[in-house]
Amino acid sequence: MSEDESPPLDLRPEPPCSSSSAVDSTPNKSRNCISSSTASQTFPDHVLENVLENVLQFLDSRCDRNAASLVCKLWWKVEALTRSEVFIGNCYALSPARLTQRFKRVKSLVLKGKPRFADFNLMPPDWGANFAPWVSTMAKAYPWLEKVDLKRIFVTDDDLALVAESFPGFKELILVCCEGFGTSGIAIVANKCRKLKVLDLIESEVTDDEVDWISCFPEDVTCLESLAFDCVEAPINFKALEGLVGRSPFLKKLRLNRFVSLEELHRLLLGAPQLTSLGTGSFSHDNEAHHQSEQEPDYAAAFLACKSVVCLSGFRELMPEYLPAIFPVCANLTSLNFSYANISPDMFKPIIHKCHKLQVFWALDSICDEGLQAVAATCKELRELRIFPFDPREDSEGPVSELGLQAISEGCRKLESILYFCQRMTNAAVIAMSENCPELTVFRLCIMGRHRPDHVTGKPMDEGFGAIVKNCKKLTRLAVSGLLTDQAFRYMGEYGKLIRTLSVAFAGDSDMALRHVLEGCPRLQKLEIRDSPFGDVALRSGMHRYYNMRFVWMSACSLSKGCCKDVARAMPNLVVEVIGSDDDDDNRDYVETLYMYRSLDGPRKDAPKFPLLREKAPCISDRSCSEVEQAWVCLQYQRRYSSLEPLRGGTGGVKAISNYGLVLEGMRRAKARGFSDVSH
Amino acid sequence: MEKVGVCDEFVNLKATELRLGLPGTEDVCQEEKEMVSCGKINKRALPETEKEIESTGKTETASPPKAQIIGWPPVRSFRKNSIQAKKNESEGQGMYVKVSMDGAPYLRKIDLTVYKQYPELMKSLENMFKFSVGEYFEREGYKGSDFVPTYEDKDGDWMLVGDVPWEMFVSSCKRLRIMKGSEVKGLGCGV
Repeated sequence: MSEDESPPLDLRPEPPCSSSSAVDSTPNKSRNCISSSTASQTFPDHVLENVLENVLQFLDSRCDRNAASLVCKLWWKVEALTRSEVFIGNCYALSPARLTQRFKRVKSLVLKGKPRFADFNLMPPDWGANFAPWVSTMAKAYPWLEKVDLKRIFVTDDDLALVAESFPGFKELILVCCEGFGTSGIAIVANKCRKLKVLDLIESEVTDDEVDWISCFPEDVTCLESLAFDCVEAPINFKALEGLVGRSPFLKKLRLNRFVSLEELHRLLLGAPQLTSLGTGSFSHDNEAHHQSEQEPDYAAAFLACKSVVCLSGFRELMPEYLPAIFPVCANLTSLNFSYANISPDMFKPIIHKCHKLQVFWALDSICDEGLQAVAATCKELRELRIFPFDPREDSEGPVSELGLQAISEGCRKLESILYFCQRMTNAAVIAMSENCPELTVFRLCIMGRHRPDHVTGKPMDEGFGAIVKNCKKLTRLAVSGLLTDQAFRYMGEYGKLIRTLSVAFAGDSDMALRHVLEGCPRLQKLEIRDSPFGDVALRSGMHRYYNMRFVWMSACSLSKGCCKDVARAMPNLVVEVIGSDDDDDNRDYVETLYMYRSLDGPRKDAPKFPLLREKAPCISDRSCSEVEQAWVCLQYQRRYSSLEPLRGGTGGVKAISNYGLVLEGMRRAKARGFSDVSH
Repeated sequence: MEKVGVCDEFVNLKATELRLGLPGTEDVCQEEKEMVSCGKINKRALPETEKEIESTGKTETASPPKAQIIGWPPVRSFRKNSIQAKKNESEGQGMYVKVSMDGAPYLRKIDLTVYKQYPELMKSLENMFKFSVGEYFEREGYKGSDFVPTYEDKDGDWMLVGDVPWEMFVSSCKRLRIMKGSEVKGLGCGV
């Protein structure tokens, strides 16, 4: 919308507000203040709805769509009709019924379930996040559904069967960090989803049902563009795979699991030179085949033929002597994942020296500081770096240190995202990174030994992380480690204004640390804390924030059940789950794990049988559903605009441009009902 | 709050535990995977009360490692397991194969490289699953028992344990299955 255009009619929704006089005083001069009783029945509404539909369908960003939906009820309605992809960051924030009631034409669902700490065995295995209620509801409401993208969701074979049966136009199935299903479920999808373009199984646990799922794909030419099964820990029928690849002319991404040998990879490559993304499987010999063949296949030639490969991963059981086979594609690579390959610096350096275009690089720390220095020297376009520990124990030898980090910071100035596991670190190196890499949005440093200070100065790591939040002005995600006092958190609260995700473990001295963060970080959405001395005072200090956050996780902290109950009572739209403390413990009041999140539909009904604290505040039953929804909507609305510079007049906190007059209306109503500005 | 050491929680579950140690050794669950499989909510030692827990039955010359805190360092199990398997290979830590017995509810895992010959392996299996294997005859297979030890080799064929030389067996065995006598028809001493 251009700034000069003003909205043609007053589309104030019913009931007509007595605060219409407030509307008159908006800066928008061309507004017509007609009472809604006449407006809602006139013909222009109909036209406007069509016009809006034609315009709003082009809005992609969900932030924009959320904002548009809050303008007025008509915009809400039209936006709901035109939203085709829905993103749900917490599957328990609302019920499936609410989704299908609001959005009528959904083609794509992105759904996230368990919080990230569930990956590290900090949550009981049967906690929830089931796909079943979602798929059964959508099966009736969205027969045209095309895409499902799930993360940390429990998906069963039956769920997958229902997907395959219910959605004839189904195109994309992406399962990231999911579990609960096996190769039999995959087989059904492969067989029945005739329009399937994407089947991506990423870091998911897939049980081996001893089903030849590859053979279940239909015999004719497929629509497959992406097939990723590197996490499937089961042998596959290679002949069937070769046939499948041969009849998939649109296949661009293929990620093999470790049961595909080097020889088999070679054959596949010869048949699929159009691939852009390749997961190489085991990258080692099938022993029998090796002994039998007289001459070794020319692996390098196969890679040479793959001129389009820009993304390489796999190497699950790497035989390093065959690594030079990938030389021909190195110069084109933008993404390289060696994180399952135990490569030494000497084997690594010849490869990386050819990878000038690399933007994403994942590896094990076996490449050592020396390998990182080689990366720094060559990969000037690097945007994302992840270094995982070969030996993920607290007291292991760490082959990478501050030297590697320093080198990367000096060589890779465009770095945006880093995850770095190490055993030794210094504030100086972290400060250097904060100064050299201004584009950093994600900084995750994991010093594996708990409470480790700067190993040169012996001081806490406060100054290093302080420099990161201060100098990296675009930082949205931060994970801290090492010895940290409350000072580090003071820095976070003072400077970390854009932080959305914060991970804390074994850090801080007192409640003040958490208070700094809760009071100082207005954009905080996801907070995960473990084993830190934060208690009730800290928890209470964040109550003004919790409705504007996706979740808060606190485990092995110093919280009491009483305080959690108080929070639950005070905040009716917050679900407070207390997990883990058995009733026959010595200390009944101790909370082992607190997981709380906002929800429109109250506490979930599928919680497992361990002690679970759910408080539904009495007042919520007095309110009608739509009122709650409106209340929620108003809060969201406030969050969107509160961070802008306040101007004189208007409602405060909103850039008042004439065509946002309708937007101001909503804000005024919210304020009239007692909702205050959020989070500052 | 005083938290008991991790080991005490699992005393009662020893009979059904799955672990990667030598059979019959007195050791303590340390693997996170095993803790989770016991189905209980994980209790972990708080930093202040953690105790030194002995290493598992694997041969280790280093001093006992510190008690591993659950979920720390934060590396996903999938990644840990993939790398762990490789570490075992590179350190010559043995060849682990699954062992199942018809009628037994749980699978076990054993390290074939700790045995020198068939009799040792047989004895260990007998102890583990509480059965007796009878006597092996080259032509007729096992006699004197209802149970017959079989294995799946690299080609996917099911073979009688004892038919091939020990070294060949260790290098080709993918998993073991102790079959009930009635199912063994057809498993001759052929390769």
